[in-house]
Amino acid sequence: MPILTFIEHDGTSHAVEAEVGQSIMQAALNAMVPGIQADCGGACSCATCHAFLEDDWMNAVPAAEDSELDMLEFAAERQETSRLTCQLTVQDSMDGMVLRLPESQY
Amino acid sequence: MTLSSVVIVGAGQAGFQVAASLRQGGFTGKIRLIGDEQGLPYQRPPLSKAYMLGKIKADNLAFRPASFFDQQEIELIQDKAAIIDRQNQRIVLESEKALQYEHLVLATGAHNRPLSIPGEHLEGVFGIKTLSDANALAPRVKEAKNVVVIGCGFIGLEFAAVAAAQGANVQVIDRGDRPMARAISPEMSALFLKSHESWGVKFHFNQAVDQIIGENGKVVGVEKVNGETISADLVVYGIGVIPNIALAMEAGLEIENGIKVDAHLLTNDPHISAIGDVACFPCVHNRGIQTRIESVPNAMEQARAVSARLLGNAAPFAATPWFWTDQGDLKLQIVGLSTGFDTTVTLGSMESKQFSVLCFRKDHLVAVESCNRPGDHLAGKKLLSRPAVLTPREAREPGFDLKAWELAHRT
Repeated sequence: MPILTFIEHDGTSHAVEAEVGQSIMQAALNAMVPGIQADCGGACSCATCHAFLEDDWMNAVPAAEDSELDMLEFAAERQETSRLTCQLTVQDSMDGMVLRLPESQY
Repeated sequence: MTLSSVVIVGAGQAGFQVAASLRQGGFTGKIRLIGDEQGLPYQRPPLSKAYMLGKIKADNLAFRPASFFDQQEIELIQDKAAIIDRQNQRIVLESEKALQYEHLVLATGAHNRPLSIPGEHLEGVFGIKTLSDANALAPRVKEAKNVVVIGCGFIGLEFAAVAAAQGANVQVIDRGDRPMARAISPEMSALFLKSHESWGVKFHFNQAVDQIIGENGKVVGVEKVNGETISADLVVYGIGVIPNIALAMEAGLEIENGIKVDAHLLTNDPHISAIGDVACFPCVHNRGIQTRIESVPNAMEQARAVSARLLGNAAPFAATPWFWTDQGDLKLQIVGLSTGFDTTVTLGSMESKQFSVLCFRKDHLVAVESCNRPGDHLAGKKLLSRPAVLTPREAREPGFDLKAWELAHRT
């Protein structure tokens, strides 16, 4: 299973074994990574599963659809590398991916 | 005082989230989560939409895998709570097993309001509340030719959109005069009406169903009170829910349109909290009026609030209510409670299906409804979480942009 690393705003790191086919959000929830709230359960309705991908990974994942971009426009602390993790599906090729979490999802 | 055991009745969104939040907050005591459905606790919102369309598999509905419950030592008990013995802080299950609690959380949810008309139990008549409801209904939708939906709220319309997308003739009957009349402004209703009609859905407003007609035990149509009949091989109803209060009522807990709780979500017994669809709480976003909110975000936030209190961080519940529904290509997000607004200002256009309605009461913003404009939703959520100062006059100015205004007025 690919291993993803979530880094909290304070630097705490969580290496998580993720199942291929689930969303990155779900992988974080299953591992109880603090900082991924997922208020709507993955329906792309709340922007509380926001994370920053590292540059190389940003180019390796499918581009965001309009609905995600609209939500991101208003996510807290948005950056160029912002994504909603509910919209990203775990693939084998994601092994080693690093995701940084914002200070707050609100 | 450190708590050593929490029992949660109800393994829906609210009940599950209390357990998860307690563990995330470092709670090391015993957690027992009682649910009366088979399998792992699961999400309900997709049942009437993405799951019904086959876009989500059953496995992916579970909040967490079985291993999570083992690892986090959350004991899932498949049973039904029968009696709360408050004096001895004990709950008796239908299996006659009894559990001792230091704190009890009631997250018993709600059940579908029954049709209560002749023919309601015919084969081919469905409500949608549980995974087993959805599993029974999903294959029928693919085969159905003529579908009648009774009730024009979120669930009824989500299902109508799904059935229309699968090629059925869909007719919706409602006592009200417009879509989702209880929840949204007439302006937003108009957009949904027009869109559903463009998908082929027909509406019968200001009308009620007298009976469901069957042949050989199977539904063949419905008869409206005006005597008109509509043929149907599938009838789905969504006419609201009734909070599950029996357990609390028999235990002598205060009832008021649900289980009555205070601003800390405590019942009149200091060892019992109530949250989610069943809880009626003084809502700061509704002028402090006792309010019961049926939504996933409310369930989540109340669960987190109770968990925080049990871990020693009590604060009055003040989360801003919000709701969403997905119908066809429309994503509607609502933040705030729009009951009692007197003025509206619209942004965007109905034609583009990117449309927002700002609802004001006495010059104060009370709700933002946004269709396919998630930025407005998130800006509205921020605005409503602090004393709102946006006035209708400002919102009507040419070129007004809610997102820009919110950014410029951050405090």
